[in-house]
Amino acid sequence: MAEPAAARARRSWRLGLLMAPALAWLGLLILLPHVELAMLSFRKQIGPREYVPSLYQYRTFFEQPEYWHTFVRTAWMSAVATFATLCLAFPIAWVIAKITRGRASAWLLLACMIPFWISETVRTLGWMILLRQSGVLPALLVDLGITSHPVELLYRDATIMVGLIYTSMLFMIVPLISSLESLDNALIEAAYDLGAGGFTVLRKIVIPHAAPGITAGCIIVFMLTLGDYITPTLLGGKDSGWFTEQIYTQFITRFNWGQGAAFGFLLLGLSTAMVVAGLKLTGQRFGDVMGRR
Amino acid sequence: MIPSLPRPAWLRAATALYVTAFLTFLFLPLIVISVFAFNNAPYPAPPWHGFTLNWFFADSSTGRVGMFHDGELMRSIGTSCQIGLWVTLLSVLVGLSNALLIERHDFRGKQLLSIMMLVPLVIPGVILGVSILAFASRIAQFASGHLHLYLRFLRPGLTLVVLGQFSYIATIATLTLRARLSRFDRTLEDAAMNLGASRMAVFRTILLPYLRPALIGSAMISFLLSFADFNTTLMLVGGNPPLTVLMYDRMHQGATPVLNAVSVFLMAASALLALALMRRGARRGTA
Repeated sequence: MAEPAAARARRSWRLGLLMAPALAWLGLLILLPHVELAMLSFRKQIGPREYVPSLYQYRTFFEQPEYWHTFVRTAWMSAVATFATLCLAFPIAWVIAKITRGRASAWLLLACMIPFWISETVRTLGWMILLRQSGVLPALLVDLGITSHPVELLYRDATIMVGLIYTSMLFMIVPLISSLESLDNALIEAAYDLGAGGFTVLRKIVIPHAAPGITAGCIIVFMLTLGDYITPTLLGGKDSGWFTEQIYTQFITRFNWGQGAAFGFLLLGLSTAMVVAGLKLTGQRFGDVMGRR
Repeated sequence: MIPSLPRPAWLRAATALYVTAFLTFLFLPLIVISVFAFNNAPYPAPPWHGFTLNWFFADSSTGRVGMFHDGELMRSIGTSCQIGLWVTLLSVLVGLSNALLIERHDFRGKQLLSIMMLVPLVIPGVILGVSILAFASRIAQFASGHLHLYLRFLRPGLTLVVLGQFSYIATIATLTLRARLSRFDRTLEDAAMNLGASRMAVFRTILLPYLRPALIGSAMISFLLSFADFNTTLMLVGGNPPLTVLMYDRMHQGATPVLNAVSVFLMAASALLALALMRRGARRGTA
């Protein structure tokens, strides 16, 4: 039966009303700003208020070792941090999902979440007080007789790494738990009865089953570390060499928007490529992985 | 290995040890911050010089400024709250509209639109910030060049910070509200309509009460995320910094324990918020 024309008109009017905020949000705050960023990055200034289309900004990136070294370094350190976070988070996720029950498991999960109710700025302040030369750990090392004088533990790559792992932990634990909880214990028991050792069970049963959770966690953590700003600049100091810092310098300090826009696109490209690769690798769809959060 | 299988004693011990070490790692920074908020010394560093509440309450007469007398700090908390409230309001409203649109309507391009709504989460915050900065400046230039309109709000400042944070927090509000709406039993609405309720009455008396927990939840998450946001904010901030940006600037310069005091204050506030949420959850569970 056909809908009466009046009802159909009302319906499409309602649809338009609900669509307007979504289109305004995505169009004005996501789509058009990125088009603007692209246009800025693909041009070169040749005189006051005079521009020509050009790949100049991208060429500068490849010609200046300082720039692409920072880029590669950021990508590499983010990858290492992601892997380390996965290794450290996995046992905890296993304990929460498989070993503890009921109350104990809920408390442990809550304990993992509490630090993340507090902003990254505050957490980083804690690490600075712990690690700087006049801080808690250097003093402790002297008291224990391990070093003769307080050593500076800030401004090292290892420090940045600790900070990045710390900041990312929860975003790895949560997807891991949800994928481990759905693993049927009977499968593990069966493998064990058939004579499989712990490592075989892990490799043949647990990891294949948890693959979606592992992918989701790794994608989120890699993206967050790649785009992080506070942790590398505060724990790594002036020469932290993080790519987001380059973007900030070009845009805000040097007011060189064209260069900054090109850097932004390179970072966005890498981040998007990792997301796509992660999804392809495990045959998942974007909507499924993101919707899980 | 799982409890139903034999676990050797060394494995149990190793597990317990690992969990303890892990929790120490998680809580150490927070404990250290809290301890040095009460240390009677001008810098947040060992050794311990005795207990004081100076970093909370001292007015400048003692040579120290406690957080409640630090005008700049208090103003920045006010700014953060103001930004947070606007971001929350916008995100929840747009999130609700999006949830209704995706869960209740069919139209061409729905799949594409619902994927587009997730995209802001995979764009690094710094890039959201600079792209909005560049676009706003383009519009401002156009308006002043061609229309002789001077749109001050499109220059770095509170409006742009609100828009920048909203651009990705809206996604999270949308996901939260969609999750609840998708489990709604639509026959309830049909029943109400059959009994003569208008569409508006159904929305107000059935749908909104049903969505209430998700509305409150997404509002709290939005506010917390906005309060903690740094990356997007840094690129769009004008002369009036919110708390995270001010703290960052001061941490670069090596600040007094007043920052520890603010941190303790924030931890207490979020703990209270978490407790309130859990009590609500518990009441709902027993009702």
